[in-house]
Amino acid sequence: MSSVTTPTPPADRRPDTRQESASLISKGVRARPLFDPEILRRAIKESFVKLNPRLVAKNPVMFVVEVGAALTTVFVIKDAIAHAGGVFFGVQIAFWLWFTVVFANFAEAMAEARGKAQADALRKTKTDTVARKIRPDGCFEMVPASRLRSGDVCQCEVGDLIPGDGEVVEGVASVDESVITGESAPVIRESGGDRSAVTGGTKVLSDHIKVRITSNPGETFLDRMIALVEGAVRQKTPNEIALNILIAGLTLIFLMAVATLPPYAKYAIQAVGKGSAPTVAVLVSLLVCLIPTTIGGLLSAIGIAGMDRVMQHNVLAMSGKAVEASGDVNTLLLDKTGTITLGNRQAVEFITVDGVNERDLADAAQLSSLADETPEGRSIVVLAKEKYNFRGREVAEHEAHFIPFSAYTRMSGVDIDGRRLRKGATDAITQFVKAAGGAVPPSLSEISDRISRNGGTPLAVADNRRVLGIVHLKDIVKGGMKERLASLRAMGIRSVMITGDNPLTAAAIAQEAGVDDFLAQATPKDKLEYIKKEQAEGRLVAMTGDGTNDAPALAQADVGVAMNTGTMAAKEAGNMVDLDSNPTKLIEVVAIGKQLLITRGSLTTFSIANDVAKYFAIIPAMFAPIYPELNKLNIMGLHSPQSAVLAAVIFNALIIIALVPLALRGVQYKPVSAGQMLTRNLLIYGLGGIIVPFPGIWLIDKILVALHLA
Amino acid sequence: MTSLGISQIVVYFLIILAITKPVGTFLFRVFEGERTFLHPVLRPLEKLIYWAGGVREGEEQSWVRYSASLISLSIFSVLFVYVLQRLQGHLPLNPMHFSTPHAPPNATAMTPDLAFNTAVSFVTNTNWQSYSPDTTVSYLTQMAALAVQNFVSAAVGIAVAVALIRGFARHTAKTIGNFWVDVTRCTVYILLPICILATLFFVWQGCIQNFKGPVTATTLEGSTQVIEQGPLASQLAIKMLGTNGGGFFNANSAHPYENPTPLSNMFQLLLIFALGAGLTYMFGKAVRDTRQGWAIFAAMSVMFLVGAFICYGAEQRGNPMLTSMGVEHAYTGSQPGGNMEGKEVRFGNAMTALFATVTTDASCGAVVAMHDSFTPIGGLVPLFNIQTDEVIFGGVGAGLYSMLIYVIVAVFIGGLMVGRTPEYVGKKIEQKEVKMAIIAVLATSFVILGFTALSSVAPFAKNGYWNAPGPATANLNNNGAHGFSEILYAYSSGAGNNGSAFAGINANTPWYNLTLALDMLVGRFLFIIPALAIAGSLAGKKLIPTTAGTLPTTGTLFVVLLIGTVVIVGALTYFPALSLGPIVEHFQMLGGKLF
Repeated sequence: MSSVTTPTPPADRRPDTRQESASLISKGVRARPLFDPEILRRAIKESFVKLNPRLVAKNPVMFVVEVGAALTTVFVIKDAIAHAGGVFFGVQIAFWLWFTVVFANFAEAMAEARGKAQADALRKTKTDTVARKIRPDGCFEMVPASRLRSGDVCQCEVGDLIPGDGEVVEGVASVDESVITGESAPVIRESGGDRSAVTGGTKVLSDHIKVRITSNPGETFLDRMIALVEGAVRQKTPNEIALNILIAGLTLIFLMAVATLPPYAKYAIQAVGKGSAPTVAVLVSLLVCLIPTTIGGLLSAIGIAGMDRVMQHNVLAMSGKAVEASGDVNTLLLDKTGTITLGNRQAVEFITVDGVNERDLADAAQLSSLADETPEGRSIVVLAKEKYNFRGREVAEHEAHFIPFSAYTRMSGVDIDGRRLRKGATDAITQFVKAAGGAVPPSLSEISDRISRNGGTPLAVADNRRVLGIVHLKDIVKGGMKERLASLRAMGIRSVMITGDNPLTAAAIAQEAGVDDFLAQATPKDKLEYIKKEQAEGRLVAMTGDGTNDAPALAQADVGVAMNTGTMAAKEAGNMVDLDSNPTKLIEVVAIGKQLLITRGSLTTFSIANDVAKYFAIIPAMFAPIYPELNKLNIMGLHSPQSAVLAAVIFNALIIIALVPLALRGVQYKPVSAGQMLTRNLLIYGLGGIIVPFPGIWLIDKILVALHLA
Repeated sequence: MTSLGISQIVVYFLIILAITKPVGTFLFRVFEGERTFLHPVLRPLEKLIYWAGGVREGEEQSWVRYSASLISLSIFSVLFVYVLQRLQGHLPLNPMHFSTPHAPPNATAMTPDLAFNTAVSFVTNTNWQSYSPDTTVSYLTQMAALAVQNFVSAAVGIAVAVALIRGFARHTAKTIGNFWVDVTRCTVYILLPICILATLFFVWQGCIQNFKGPVTATTLEGSTQVIEQGPLASQLAIKMLGTNGGGFFNANSAHPYENPTPLSNMFQLLLIFALGAGLTYMFGKAVRDTRQGWAIFAAMSVMFLVGAFICYGAEQRGNPMLTSMGVEHAYTGSQPGGNMEGKEVRFGNAMTALFATVTTDASCGAVVAMHDSFTPIGGLVPLFNIQTDEVIFGGVGAGLYSMLIYVIVAVFIGGLMVGRTPEYVGKKIEQKEVKMAIIAVLATSFVILGFTALSSVAPFAKNGYWNAPGPATANLNNNGAHGFSEILYAYSSGAGNNGSAFAGINANTPWYNLTLALDMLVGRFLFIIPALAIAGSLAGKKLIPTTAGTLPTTGTLFVVLLIGTVVIVGALTYFPALSLGPIVEHFQMLGGKLF
């Protein structure tokens, strides 16, 4: 046995060392500027291509606008040929109606272009690599990566790109996964365990590994990711469909309200004997102003942007439905280790039983842990070093025989120079000491219980038949976790801590971290049962997981976020993959889901509230020639009937463009109670939606008059 | 407004507030099949009806079967009423000999289109009357056809509301109740007992109840007057309680026999809102959170009070043109003041405005004055009440199920704004609910706006079959914007199943009879079927626990959201039409023009 020095944590990317962002939605790793010139160029081009009626027909509101624009254009051309009056007005209306559609297309194109830009970046990494395939006889064969099938085994050396998704079956290597995760620090991939999955396109930086390919060409993770961000497999989510029905219904109501106006006007003209019927341009203008064009134009952009925001947090959502569902989550299952607490327990104290020197205890504890590679074992070595400066002790010169931990004995330790040093669970040590004929001081169980009650883990240490004391191992709750869980509670989300600890320990940590409930001594089956129970009570459950044994629970959960470092089985089972493998990010995903829904609701409210002002602009303009008394409704004092209609149409078109950034970024979201949130959003988007158009239309009217356009 | 007038409206509201809980509790017990104090007497009758109808009391129905039962009863009812009216000349209890060669010269013929319109009207709880009952229908028709439908259509409306309540209250259930049982229980335990007591009360107040023909009297001025009689009091109670509104006399509740005293007037008003208000409490009780019911009650109350005071204010302010002519029409100790055109002095402006508001809040349609004679704003209130689908306590049952449809629209948008997919009292509001709610709102606005448009321009030949007076607008008593209001009011009243008339329109022609019948059918059944579909869909859903993240649906905020949804959806749909009717009339009146 060589000399053992104080171990340092491996180069593995440990989530616990990551800085937690204070806000719920942190700055994304991949955030692009909202109006990147390249994306902007692409989107502008697309917004004209999308004028194709067959594409617009998918959006009932915009389809009505386009038909209206076409109708107005036809009538304007007719009037122009007949040298009728009002052609200049008609041309302007037609122009702005077309641009209403273009603006809505632009919103969608912007969202899509941002996705495409990301897909292109990913696609560049899909260079056709040559793989070193291992034939059954053990010889290498050079084959193009695109010809690898599931089950093939390849050798990957330093500098190689891993040819496809797979599992490490032999060796350990550091791998650069920045292509997928955007994170430049290399990660460790090794055979066996939960860190065996590798992704095609990532680069081996050191050592060499054998990889068994697990996906066929075209089905790799990278392929799916490209398809997802490009929107190739995008489907409308259930809530999006329901909202579409609502706004299509409103469109029909307004269509009826406007279509019945010519007969009403005809009656009125007959009754008063003067005036003229509203023209097609004016009728179409009123219709377009009334139907919810704002939300109709921005709805799909909001959905795409929501997916994109998830992606910017380095989470890959397999469907929009999953993002939507995350806004609805009632219960979050959070693994204790790595999520609520720092990755592992740490020794914080040596507590001796009566008559034992603490130094002896520290010495024995450190000796017994020298070969213990678990984080707990290392922390004991470190604590002893810090307290008593025990370091770098040569054990090779002694006859040392290390006893590894086993689930059967629940102890580990070392036999050295005739001493049998053991550390382990209190009852295991008690048994060990008694078997050796020693006595167990009563204070042992007292200390042990006290530590357990406070959420710590007691690790008893014995030297042959003598109990020395207890090492206090403690879970360290991550900084800021309590506040984040409190904000979840404000949003009505229960957090449940999942742990393998005993109930006593679990309860103490649960209290310290501020979770609402905990599931102690949890087996994968317990987890699954818990999720099913919650769902039976009508709750939506979100969880994270990485191991193969998490797969059933991940599949059962409404939102299952698999860690990218996890096994393929886990990734297949979840409906999201966190490329950073940071379990805490679940909280951010929930926030994004909520933000997506709020953006939809707020813009719908805004869109409908806007109609009030538009009525006050258009109705007097439309009917004043028949009933001059209705000019009293022109409370904005708009210049002329034509300027009023034009101003309303222009406002309606420009508001779409003005709200594109909001649709793409999402409305501001703070974790407060539903009541506070509703008050705030009703005031901003409801009341604001009623008020804002009045000065807006008034101003446009003034500008139109100044420019002699009306 | 006078303090006496204000206090009348306030007292009325306080009584409604006081009876809401007891009525709601009783309704809840009846529809849950719990034993009430009436069971010893009425349970045998209930059982007898099940036995006679072959109804298995314990057997529940899916929403589809529930709807099918409802529609089959309605079809049968329309046929029955139609046939009875057409045959009334050959049947007894017809002292005036209507529909016979001996009919009085001013009698109206019971034509097929009129009989159909009336049948549809009473089956749909509308009670639109294209005819004058005093000169058209026999006592047998009044009693066996019309009054029976007043009971049945009210029970059907309440049954739908109860089914929808069950949809919200139940979870993971396949059924929403048994239509036949709901209708029977409603009639036996609720409508009949209250009506028997109310009838006695009305007779005490001076309403008539006999089978005699009219008597002729000589007035003080020496002219002769024909005074109608008949079995009135017994029909009056259900007319109000069932929010039917079809008058026994043409003058409806303005007739001294149909509404003799201010006390009878107040009692009629209370009967209109009693069940509608009680149902809101029943809803809260059924969903195990009475605050939910009170929130809906609050939204309805705010809209009621605002409407009543706008209407009363406009009427009491009177007509500025009279003021400019130097006519004193302010309230003094010796005169009520305000706009008294078309109003009964024994009720005054406050009670008349209150009646007009209540009758249109509640899809009742009984009147104590001609809404046609109101000031433009005073007339706008009843019209807008109808156009917002009469969700203010509403027609019995209809008020609640219509309001719950608006709730679905409100929580759908409001729910999104709190960052969750929408839910209400523990039920997710999804595609199907939204689709059905939209169909309901869409259908009524389509027929109101569409038929108004057609009637504004329909060019019929004079003396033709469809509309003998000529174009559809030839039937109007007024031209200009007021004439337009009359058409708009008629189709709004039909689709809203209100049945009150703005008056001023002669609707007894095939064109109006048939289009109004269609209008009423769409307004009734394209609201009921979506409501039942929603009930079926909701009943099958899981119950979601309420958390801090759930949209709160009990506080002031929700009440504001709900009122906002009702008013904004209504206003946006009808603003253009209203601007050409009452709104322009109002400005014209201010400018010195009257109709």
